[in-house]
Amino acid sequence: MSEADTAKPIELLAFKLGDHEYALDIMNVREIRGWTRATPMPLAPSFMRGVINLRGTVLPVMDLAERLGLPKCGQSDRNVIIVIKHGEGMTGLLVGAVSDIVALNEEDMQALPDAAPSDGSGVIRSLTLIEDRIIRVLDLTQILVRAESDAA
Amino acid sequence: MTSSDPMAEIRASFFVECEELLEALQDGLRELDEGTDDGETIHVVFRAVHSIKGGAGAFGFESMVQFAHQYETVLHAVRSGEIAIEPDLLNLFFRATDHLSDLVRTHRDGLDPPKTERAALLGELEAKTGSVPHVETVEEIAFEPIKVDVAQTVMCEDAPTNALTYDIVFAPEPEAFETEHDVAAYLTVLSGLGELEVHCDTSRLPTLNQLVPQTVYLSWLFTLTTEFSQSEIVSVFESIDGACDLQISARSHVNAPEITPTLSVDRSPIQQPRKTDQRAVRSVTSKAVVRVDVDRIERLVNLVGELVINQAMLSQSLVDVGLPPHSDAVNGLEEFQRLTRDIQDSVMMIRAQPVKSLFQRIARIVREASASVSKDVRLVTEGETTELDKTVIERLAEPLTHMIRNAVDHGLEPADARTAVGKPAQGQVRLSAAHKSGRVVINVSDDGRGINRKKVRQIAIDKGLLPRDATLTDAEIDNLLFLPGFSTASDVSDLSGRGVGMDVVRTAIHGLGGRITINSTPNIGTSFSISLPLTLAVLDGMVVAVAGETLVVPLNVVTEAFTLSETAAEQVQPGRFVLRVRDGFVPLFDLGAALGYRPPCDTFINRVALLLTFDDKTRVALVVDEIQDQRQVVIKGLDDSHYRAPGIAAATILGDGQIALILDPADIVANAPKTQARERVMVEA
Repeated sequence: MSEADTAKPIELLAFKLGDHEYALDIMNVREIRGWTRATPMPLAPSFMRGVINLRGTVLPVMDLAERLGLPKCGQSDRNVIIVIKHGEGMTGLLVGAVSDIVALNEEDMQALPDAAPSDGSGVIRSLTLIEDRIIRVLDLTQILVRAESDAA
Repeated sequence: MTSSDPMAEIRASFFVECEELLEALQDGLRELDEGTDDGETIHVVFRAVHSIKGGAGAFGFESMVQFAHQYETVLHAVRSGEIAIEPDLLNLFFRATDHLSDLVRTHRDGLDPPKTERAALLGELEAKTGSVPHVETVEEIAFEPIKVDVAQTVMCEDAPTNALTYDIVFAPEPEAFETEHDVAAYLTVLSGLGELEVHCDTSRLPTLNQLVPQTVYLSWLFTLTTEFSQSEIVSVFESIDGACDLQISARSHVNAPEITPTLSVDRSPIQQPRKTDQRAVRSVTSKAVVRVDVDRIERLVNLVGELVINQAMLSQSLVDVGLPPHSDAVNGLEEFQRLTRDIQDSVMMIRAQPVKSLFQRIARIVREASASVSKDVRLVTEGETTELDKTVIERLAEPLTHMIRNAVDHGLEPADARTAVGKPAQGQVRLSAAHKSGRVVINVSDDGRGINRKKVRQIAIDKGLLPRDATLTDAEIDNLLFLPGFSTASDVSDLSGRGVGMDVVRTAIHGLGGRITINSTPNIGTSFSISLPLTLAVLDGMVVAVAGETLVVPLNVVTEAFTLSETAAEQVQPGRFVLRVRDGFVPLFDLGAALGYRPPCDTFINRVALLLTFDDKTRVALVVDEIQDQRQVVIKGLDDSHYRAPGIAAATILGDGQIALILDPADIVANAPKTQARERVMVEA
């Protein structure tokens, strides 16, 4: 899609996990809600925090930090759940705090240097710089697809 | 949807009509096959084919018209007594009907109609009538005769010109009788308005042991010919308004002005799927039927689900406030609770459908399957009117198809093998549905050779699914069939054994909240029993607490609950406990540990044990911390694309807005030895 219209701005939702900033394409984000206690799923992989009630539907919640191999979020009131829509389904991603919404052009996104760290394992799509902050743009499909195979 | 195209809508309704006609057609053929037909049956069959042809002509579905015409020609010959009905001919009719429904389906979905069968079937049909040429021209075909009910016509002629005939369905609710309404009084008033015919519908009347005294099982069908307007008829029922279900529809004869376009009043005598006695219905004409978009019902079901959750939340907050038990608010809430439940039951009833359509599909599978392995098989069905949630019916089709194919392919022996052991050469597959203690039980059985346990065992060992020295009971061997990757057919036939086995069937049944059990006797046959919940939307559950989590146990498996004393639970080996109950020992499972919520506990004293009895009569006890409540919960599906938890069937939303998981107890028990062992290793490490 980038070749067709490079000037088209992309809006990203930036949020914090630990000390780093990450971002997701805002088109995937349905809503952001405060932390509520999740009902844990039995014998689930540790990044699956459980399920919460999102106005009558059961929403699975994933600890994004733990999913990316970082120390887990903990449970502070500042934590938020980003509800993302993917295909027919919805998933909640537990993150530290939402920091910003940024608009930038596709050309501002830089592909990952070849010597990519192994722990991220392909879930980071590109990097971008905003006011000297490095923002890691996540590849949602990779996160979810790999979560499925990890859980299976 | 292309709702902007009026033609598309008309077409859609034509295809819906076709489904009904095909159903009537199949019913008729089956009656002819079983010898339960009367003089009217062949006419019904003929009319069904004829109507399909007429409609198809109007839409220019040439291949359908051509085929239906040939079919109709043969039926006409039968009707006029030129050809006698023989098993051979009926078989052809069944196949022709199958093909006709294929044609309907392919036209509906815009696919290419199957050509190969058609040529053969056309040839066969043609052969039956000799060389009867196609007399009818296309113009004639495109004309759709309107079915006119004779009784009605007579009535119309007799009645004054501005009189109309109304069909009134009147179903009083229990409240109507609590407020002392008398049905007879309404009858008297109605009969004063004009000519009145009364029919009392007793079809919902249960047997005496299932009869709930406060429930109203009767409804009435009035046929009223009157000059009074519909609103005046409605006003008769004004005083009982809200305490009854009332549907009034004007009959759509030529200048009926008051027919509501959204109601399609189905008064064709051949389309009465719900009645047990078809013939009685044919003579009494009608029962008003409303065709509703499934989405709307779906929305209603969801709303009612929300209502139930809200009501639970309200109860909870009233309890928290600490109101005295007999205060007005609490009493009112109880009433509210009862109403909510009634509404919910009624909504669920809308979704309920007879399993008949499913059984008809299965009948076709049997025909095709038996033909492809050259076995003579008769399908016997029972309990077609048993009603089940629409979604459940739809999702049953695939597993049932697979089971039926299995029964025909593997279950039944070839004819010569059957006669050798003194069985009739024709094999029998029996498919039945029945209500049984709040669930629907579907049985698929054959009178074949039964499960070859020695072979099953050997295959399981060969495939490494079973240790060589394992000692298994017969039932355990039978259950090996459900193991993933198991298929007994040593030669993979075209019919079954396409790599999907009974494990797929079991997974599908489990997905519906059901259970499947096997029962097999050598040389007598094999029987599969599927027990299903009536609906996928609600569940009677016991709300329990375990390790700080709230869980729901389906009530239908809970037979007893008791607090454990010091002596009740015995450790038989490390990590394995049994519970002593009056008549023996049952295995005891620590639910908290089985779900990985906590390490296995050392003592069960003062905890609560739920004694569960499964469909196959096995019993287990689950240890929980506390029982909190017993109530109806709304089932919410779990998105299992990320993770599917063992032992969890679904989820529900509690009064406090928190999610509670609904257990699948049989799955927990099946997984328990593994998980508990793993848990122990974790704790020790």
